[in-house]
Amino acid sequence: MSVTNLVSIFLAAILTNNYILSRFLGICPFLGVSKKLDTAVGMSAAVIFVMVIATAVTWPIQVFLLTPNDLDYLQTIVFILVIAALVQFVEIVLKKYMVGLYNALGVYLPLITTNCAVLGVTILNIDEGYVNGIEGFVTSLVNSFGSGLGFMLAMVLFAGVRGRIENSDIPKSLQGLPITLVSASLVACSFLGFQGLVDGLFK
Amino acid sequence: MITGIVIVVVIGLIAGLILSVASIVFAVPVDEKQEAVRACLPGANCGACGFSGCDGYAKALAEGSAEIGLCSPGGQDVAEECARILGKNPASVEKKVALVRCAGHNDNVSKKVEYEGVDTCQAVSMMYAGDSACAYGCLGYGDCAAACPEHAITICNGLATVNTDACIGCGICAKTCPKGVIAIVPASRSHHVLCVNRDKGADTRKVCKSGCIGCKKCEKTCPAGAITVTDNHASIDYEKCTNCGQCAQVCPVKAIC
Repeated sequence: MSVTNLVSIFLAAILTNNYILSRFLGICPFLGVSKKLDTAVGMSAAVIFVMVIATAVTWPIQVFLLTPNDLDYLQTIVFILVIAALVQFVEIVLKKYMVGLYNALGVYLPLITTNCAVLGVTILNIDEGYVNGIEGFVTSLVNSFGSGLGFMLAMVLFAGVRGRIENSDIPKSLQGLPITLVSASLVACSFLGFQGLVDGLFK
Repeated sequence: MITGIVIVVVIGLIAGLILSVASIVFAVPVDEKQEAVRACLPGANCGACGFSGCDGYAKALAEGSAEIGLCSPGGQDVAEECARILGKNPASVEKKVALVRCAGHNDNVSKKVEYEGVDTCQAVSMMYAGDSACAYGCLGYGDCAAACPEHAITICNGLATVNTDACIGCGICAKTCPKGVIAIVPASRSHHVLCVNRDKGADTRKVCKSGCIGCKKCEKTCPAGAITVTDNHASIDYEKCTNCGQCAQVCPVKAIC
C-alpha cells in the first residue's frame, strides 16, 4: 500500500471523479440544499460522515459475508438496508445532540437514506476492486472520504454560483429550476478541465 | 439461497434492534401541547393554513406563533378543540369552499379550435389562451379535479363542478387552475358571480350565453350595496352580502346564481 497511490485515489475522488459533477450522482441534495452556504456545508458534512461510516460497515459485509457465500447479487439490497438503518440512526442522534443542524437539514437528511451517491460510493468501492485485506479497506475509506469531500466542494462551489444567480436579472422563462440546471451543467463542464490532472501529477 | 435469506433477515433484525434501542436511548421529549394539537388536526396536510402540513401548524400553534382557526378543513370543531388545549379563546371559523366562477359548460360556450394534444388545462391554456371561445373561463380538462386531495371536483359537461359537501376549502385547486377561475368563498353565501370574463358586454355575449356583460343591474338592485361592477364584470363583497338573492333574479344572463 503506497501512500502515493492513496493520495492519487483521494484527489481523483475529489476532482476527476467528482460524484456530483462527473458521475452525476446525488443531484437531488445538490439542487435542493445548495441555496445557502451554511446548509450546503451542513448537508455535505452529513454526507461525508454517512459515506465513510457506510463504507466502514458495508465493506466487511461484502468481503466477509456476501462474497464467500456467492451472494454478490444481494449487494444492492443489503447495502440499501444497511445504509437506510445507518441514516436513521444518524438522524436520531442528530435530533438529540445537534438540533440546529437537524432543523437545517430538514427533509434532506431522510433523503440521504436512499441517496444514490452514498450507495454509489459503497458499490463502486467494491467494483473498483478495493477488496484485498486491510489495504482494500483503507483504500475504500480514503476513496469514500475523498468522494464526500468532492461532494462538499461541488455543493460549496454551487452555493456560490446560486448566490450570484439570486442577484441576476434572469429571463422569466428561465427563472427557478431551469437556470439552476443550466448553471449546474456549466459547473460540471468546468470540472472536465481536471481530466487527466491526477494521472499527470503522479507520473 | 437459504444463506441469502438468513443473511438479509439477520442484518435487518440487527438494524431494527439498534434503531429501536437508539430511539429509546436518544429520545427527545416533544411538547405535549404540540402532540395534543397535532392529534386533533385533521391530518390532511393540505397546507391551507399556510404551514408545511399539519405537523408544522401544530408546532406553530404550540409555540404561540400562529392563529387558532386557520385550519379550513377542520372548521369550527378543530378550532374549539385547539383553543381548549392551548387555553385560549376559540376564534370563529367560517367554513370555506371552492367556487368555480364560470358557467361556461359546453352548451353555453363553443370551442374556437379543435384541440388534440396533452390533456391538461395547463397545456391547453398555453396555446392561444385555450381552446374555449372564452379566453377567461374554465377549460374543463380537469387539472383541478386531479389536484383535489378530497376528489371533490368533477368535470360535468366541460365545466369543473365542486361537490361542496366534500370540499375542505384548502385552495389547492385555486392555485392549480391556470385561468384563476376557482376562488375560495364562504360556504354560507349562496349567491355568486359565475363569470370572470372582463371583456366588454357585447364581446362576452358573443362567446358565452351565461357570461357577465357588466350591465350593472345587480349593482343597482343590491339593497346591501355589496355588488360592484368593474372592468365589465360584477363582483360580490361577501362581507356585505345578506343572501337576499335579488341580484340573481334581475341578472339577464343568469351569471349570478
